[in-house]
Parts: sequence; C-alpha cells; structure tokens
Amino acid sequence: MGNLYTSTTFMEHNSHPDYKYEMDAPTHEHDGINPSCGDELTLQLRIEDGVIEEASFTGHGCAISQASADIMADLITGETVEEAKRLSGLFLAMIRGEELTEEDYEDLDEAAQLRDISHMPARVKCAELAWRTLDGMLGDDKAE
Amino acid sequence: MIDIDVNPYKADFPLLAGKPDIAFLDSGATAQRPACVLDAQRAFYETMNANPLRGLYSLSVEATEAIAKVRSQIAALIGAVDDRGRAQANDIVFSRNASESLNLVAKSFAPLVLKPGDEVAITIMEHHSNLIPWQQACAAAGAKLVYLYPTPEGVLTDEEIAEKIGPATKIVAAVHVSNVLGVVNPIEKLAKAAHDNGAYLVVDAAQSIPHMSIDVRELGADFIAFSAHKAFGPMGIGVLWGRHELLEQMPPMLTGGEMIESVTEQGAVWAPVPEKFEAGTQDAAGIYATGAAFDYLVNTVGYDAVREREGALIAYAMDQLKSLPYIQIIGSLDPADHHGVISFNVEGIHPHDVSSILDMSGVCIRAGHHCAQPLLAWLHCENLACCRASFAFYNDKADIDRLIAGLKAVWSTFHPGE
Repeated sequence: MGNLYTSTTFMEHNSHPDYKYEMDAPTHEHDGINPSCGDELTLQLRIEDGVIEEASFTGHGCAISQASADIMADLITGETVEEAKRLSGLFLAMIRGEELTEEDYEDLDEAAQLRDISHMPARVKCAELAWRTLDGMLGDDKAE
Repeated sequence: MIDIDVNPYKADFPLLAGKPDIAFLDSGATAQRPACVLDAQRAFYETMNANPLRGLYSLSVEATEAIAKVRSQIAALIGAVDDRGRAQANDIVFSRNASESLNLVAKSFAPLVLKPGDEVAITIMEHHSNLIPWQQACAAAGAKLVYLYPTPEGVLTDEEIAEKIGPATKIVAAVHVSNVLGVVNPIEKLAKAAHDNGAYLVVDAAQSIPHMSIDVRELGADFIAFSAHKAFGPMGIGVLWGRHELLEQMPPMLTGGEMIESVTEQGAVWAPVPEKFEAGTQDAAGIYATGAAFDYLVNTVGYDAVREREGALIAYAMDQLKSLPYIQIIGSLDPADHHGVISFNVEGIHPHDVSSILDMSGVCIRAGHHCAQPLLAWLHCENLACCRASFAFYNDKADIDRLIAGLKAVWSTFHPGE
C-alpha cells in the first residue's frame, strides 16, 4: 500500500490549502460532518451559467479530510456542474475500491492519489467528506 | 527492580508471539488472550460440551458445575464472601459485557429507587456504557443526571463529592479507573457519601480489574460491573456483582429459557438469583475460559507483578513522551496516576492521522473519542478526539521505543525538514 502521508502533493494540500477560505458571495453552500472523526466542513460554490466559477471550504478535521477537500475544490473549479457530478461519482467509486479506467484516473488528476484510502477502511469517511458534501449540494436540482 | 527490557510473558500470548512486528498498545480496548484461555475455550467444547442447567445426564451436569466453579472463583476474586469467608457465587451474574451488566442495573434496579426529582450522580469520566444507561434511566423516571467533575489532574475532590452527592441522590455510578485519564477514583469516599445519603453505588470496574485486585466490601460498592475481554478472557462475557438483597428485588431484564422456576399459560415464576438474569443459553465455553483468564492473571502472573511491571512501563513511557516537545499529555503528568493508560495529543495533528501513520510501523494505539465524548468535550479536546496508548504486563520497553520512534515519524511527516 502506498503511503499517502509521504506524498508531497497530498501533504501540501493539507498544510497549505489554496481553497480554504470563506467566499464573499457564494451561490451555494452546504455543510458536511463526519461524526466518528469530528470532521466538520462547509463547502461554498459560486455557480454561474452552470459552471463552477469558484469553490472553497472552511472547517476542521484530519489531514485526509482537509487535503481531499482542497484537491476537490481545485479539480472542480472551472468545470460544469454536470462534470463535477461525474468526477464526484468517479471519486466515490474509487474510494470504495472500484477499479477505474486509466482515463478516469487521469480525469481525477491529483484526487486519484487517494485511491489507496480504500485499503484504510477506517479513513474512507474522511476522504469522502468533501465529495459527499458536494454530492449533497449538487444532488438537489437547485444547483442546475 | 523490574527489567522491562526482558519480557517473560509475550510467549504466553499466541497473537503477540506470532506477530513480532506489532507493538500492541491498545489493551484498554481489548486485551490479548494467553494460550491457556484459548485452550480452555476449546477444552470446554471438546470435553464437557452440553447445555448447562437443564440436562440430567452427567455431561450436562459437568458443564453446569464448570460454570458454577467460575462463579465461585470470581466471587472469591472480588471479595464477594460472607462473614465466614465463603464465596457468594450466586451474587455473580453473567452477561455479555460490562455494558450489558450496567444496563441491567439501570433498567432493572434504577426504576425501583428513582422517583421524579431524584438525582443520579455520575462522573464526567464515564465511558458511554456507564453514562447513556443513566441518561435513559433518568429520562424514564423524571430524575436528574448530575455530574461530578475532577481537577485538571483528574482528582475528584472531597468538596466536589460533598456538593454533588446529597439527600436527592439515589444512585451514584462511577468508573473505578478512567479509560482516558487512567486515574483511580476514590470509590470508598463515593460509597460513604452515597450511603450517608441513602443512595446506592454502582462501580464500572472494566478498566481496573485487569490491573488491580478488587474487593467489593472494601470499596463499599452495591454493584460492580466488568468484562472478561479486557482482562485476558474471551469477548462476549460480562460480569455483574450485586448485593444479594438488591439482586433479589430486581425484575429480570430479559425473559425466556433457563431463567424460570415454572411457567403457566398466563404467567411465570422466576428462577432464583442469578439464573433469573441469565435468559437463554449462556456462552458456557466463554465463561469457562473466563475462569482460566482470571486464574492466569491472578495465580500465574499475579497482581503484584502486574502492578510493578505496568508501573515501570508507564513511568518509562511517560518519561519518553515528555521528552517530545510536541506531545501534550492529557490529565496528570505523574506516572503514578496512570493505570494502564496514557492519553495524549500530537500538537496540531489529528489523532486519526497519528494512528494511521503509527499503524504503518506496526504500532497499535487507539485514536478517537474513546466512548467518552462528554469527557473530551469537558477537556476541550480538539475534534473531540485524542490518542491513547494503553498497556498490559505483556508489553515491554521495545513496544514503547517503537511508539516513540513512530511519534517522531508522525511529527516529521507533517514538519519535513525540522
């Protein structure tokens, strides 16, 4: 199993998250919690004409939940809502141990680094938190 | 002087002997079992397996006697003896775990004594298993749940006891040894305060019985609960000891087979204590193996050796942990106040990350809320979580050295270049 904690990219996202801030004028906001870890996260999006123009998050939690949120915000910025939903679906499938195609892993970019989490069942919820929050937000049709 | 470099016990534990690459520092969650306990479990099924209590043939009688013997053994072990020193085996009730034992008291005994406006006093150090049953009992009776808070070092002062336990108190429920702070609570003082006010004392001894001898008469408890699996016995066996006259008054929590004297179409007469509380077929092999576990703990290892060795392990671990500037010890800094447990945090790093990284080098610790969320909230633990290393006599210096090396690796993972 790869050691996520030795990944420079992953640890950078944890220690210097570019997307961890409170947004001025979000169009969408959603809270996510992971009661077993005490992780709490608020995800904010600015969606214009079906495109995620800006994504940010606030909250606290373990390195895996924080880095995963930052990687996700980076990935979905500039994407359409439809594409963000697709990426989120891919990520959640990967985290649960499903094999993806090479193209899918490429689409997930840095988020594909978290695939080894499927071997750390106790930490799956941490990695999923931001993505489940995104899913909950985009799942309701208000985001369309 | 104990040499914690030498480990005469590890070979008794097949899991530890078979996995030399791990440092098992989570005995507070569940202990490992020695071969003699595993052998006893197997021997029961191989040589005396039959349903206890009901069969009239000799094999069933043998199974029944095996359980009765363990009942006597545990009664004697915890000082549940009469004035002439005879073990009061019938005051030992077998359950599935300490949680079930405590639930039995909260569900069957508490309604007999709680009225609206009465108080149940517990400590903020309680494991959820000695906390939620009292929330439920209080809600059902319209009673109030009152908390005793310790000093930052974990001491329940005489003033706090006097303030919180009074005429309105009907039940005091307290943990003997805290599973987070490792402190021993002043059970004798709580017993006196409870009894002076006409209340009853329930003691959760799950974290104390693996480490120290218990005498229910000296402690002054009215009920004591613990589990076998933290004391080197099998999972799935719990013990409740209660004062006989109290057990007599209590209705059963579960009904069905093996707990009746007679049954008619419309009613039933309960069997005497303790069978009244043991509906259905018990885990007889587990109870038999529990006897082997306590025999090993008390007669092969011995509580004196346990105390001396664990004291040396804790002192060394505390010393090493204190040498790391980024480790924050939770509770007392005096190793003598820690019984089997040291909880700590690594500055700025989530306990789950600490545990995951330690796991990569085979170090097993617990990270999280330790089933004591109200305590962690009261301690202002960030994320309601902390790390806990817990010890047993089968640990050694190498286990602690691996923990410390692992913690250094945790720190450098998050602070490369330092």
